[in-house]
Amino acid sequence: MNKQQFLEELRMGLSGLPKDDIDERLSFYSEMIDDRIEEGISEEEAVLAVGSVSEIVEQIVSDIPLVKIAKERIKSKRHLKAWEIILLALGSPIWFSLAVVVFAVIFSLYIVLWSLIISLWSVFASVVACGVGGIAVGIGFAFFGNTLTGIAIIGAGIFCTGISILLFFLSKVTTKGILLLTKKIILSIKNKILKGEEVK
Amino acid sequence: MDIQMKRGLLDVCVLASIKNEDSYGYKIIKDMKPYIELSESTLYTILKRLEASKMLTVRTSEHGGRLRKYYHITDEGLRRIEEFKDEWKEIMSIYRFVTKEGDSNE
Repeated sequence: MNKQQFLEELRMGLSGLPKDDIDERLSFYSEMIDDRIEEGISEEEAVLAVGSVSEIVEQIVSDIPLVKIAKERIKSKRHLKAWEIILLALGSPIWFSLAVVVFAVIFSLYIVLWSLIISLWSVFASVVACGVGGIAVGIGFAFFGNTLTGIAIIGAGIFCTGISILLFFLSKVTTKGILLLTKKIILSIKNKILKGEEVK
Repeated sequence: MDIQMKRGLLDVCVLASIKNEDSYGYKIIKDMKPYIELSESTLYTILKRLEASKMLTVRTSEHGGRLRKYYHITDEGLRRIEEFKDEWKEIMSIYRFVTKEGDSNE
């Protein structure tokens, strides 16, 4: 692939982003390739050294905030014909409620994921409380009440503490997984928005 | 390495690479290569961030019949490097403490 093809493909991949952003990034990559060629390698090799277009696009898209992409998408739709505006106005009960639904779904997805994290950690906290409380109460019993019951309660407390250690690692891994998942979902939403732009 | 930490390190590395003289994209990547691998898109993001926080300025200048962007460090950027040095003195002393603990346990 030569430089021109590379830049063309990159422009295609980034379509949907603000135009100034695209131009600036393209000139950045163009300079990178030129500087490599100047060092004495061929154009093809220089393009190869900069990396694959799909990888570059993915990294750029994940770096740009979702809000900016969505904003640009709405902005580029501004050149509407009169009949389109009339249709939009007439159809507003439909598209408006659809938009609300889309946002509601995304929002609830967030809530579900976060409540999962919160519930995990609250289970952990309560088991810790059971463990510590159990041991304390057990010691009280052992000295001032029924010794055998006291020892049994201490045992239960220690058991809970043990479980809580396991739970800690489980919760940690799950939280990490959920956060990673959220990141992936956001990236795929961004890609959906950008893809829609290309089809148009 | 922790992402937040790596980001901070990369920022300072880029600043260090333009500390003595103005430099351009490809040269920055080449200068940093022996120490830390840096992709073009990562460098772009870092340069944008440093420019936004006024640690460097950009000027476009002609080179061999085409345009090339040169990056120049500001006083703010120089201060960031000094700050980084102080931070790492602290971290190094913690490091010595941690490794000393390890020895006495053996």
